[in-house]
Amino acid sequence: MIGYAVLFGFAAISIALLMNLWRLAMGPTVLDRVLAGDTMVVNMIALIILYGVQRNTTLYFESALLLAMFSFISTIAYCRFLLRGDIIE
Amino acid sequence: MNSFFEALIALHIVVGAFFIFVGSFGLLKLPSFMSRLHAPSKSTTLGVGGCLVASMLQLWAAAGTISVHETLITFFLFMTAPVTAHFLALAYLHTQRSIDESLPKPSPNSNWSTLLNEESMTHSNSVRISEKSK
Repeated sequence: MIGYAVLFGFAAISIALLMNLWRLAMGPTVLDRVLAGDTMVVNMIALIILYGVQRNTTLYFESALLLAMFSFISTIAYCRFLLRGDIIE
Repeated sequence: MNSFFEALIALHIVVGAFFIFVGSFGLLKLPSFMSRLHAPSKSTTLGVGGCLVASMLQLWAAAGTISVHETLITFFLFMTAPVTAHFLALAYLHTQRSIDESLPKPSPNSNWSTLLNEESMTHSNSVRISEKSK
């Protein structure tokens, strides 16, 4: 039962990643692309967690945590750059 | 692992994946940026939370111990998603105003929170960048 649920999750999150990629390519403003990239990283975290559930291991949690931190910092840096014209004043 | 735990974990995974799908679909289909900002910042975060709860339940059912890593990722995502959405909305307001100057003033003695002072109200963002680089 868990195997089928994980397969459904893989399919749904992969389609979600493709939709994010479409928004990343077609986004009318820069902030649409920033938002799409941030959402892509969150979806990647969910994929990594589901892969860990499928393999029954805890090996991938650190990579998920690192991805979460990097996505947060990069999005904040983009927004600071658009707001102030500089990241570190 | 008994069948009750299996059904609970499968339910969490399916519901979480559905919420992630809904968030990305909203990001693709909603009309303006401010409405597009809602979909990933709420729905996708909730979906990832569901997947993390499923992983935590699976480790609890398999090994009998509660792992702390998932709660760490969950707390981090649930704290950073509103901050990210707030910063994106601020940057969007800022870029929209530098394009369109017809927005109303907030009040006589204050300014919009994305601007530093009154002097920068008259300059667009690109002008300020080019002035700073001189």
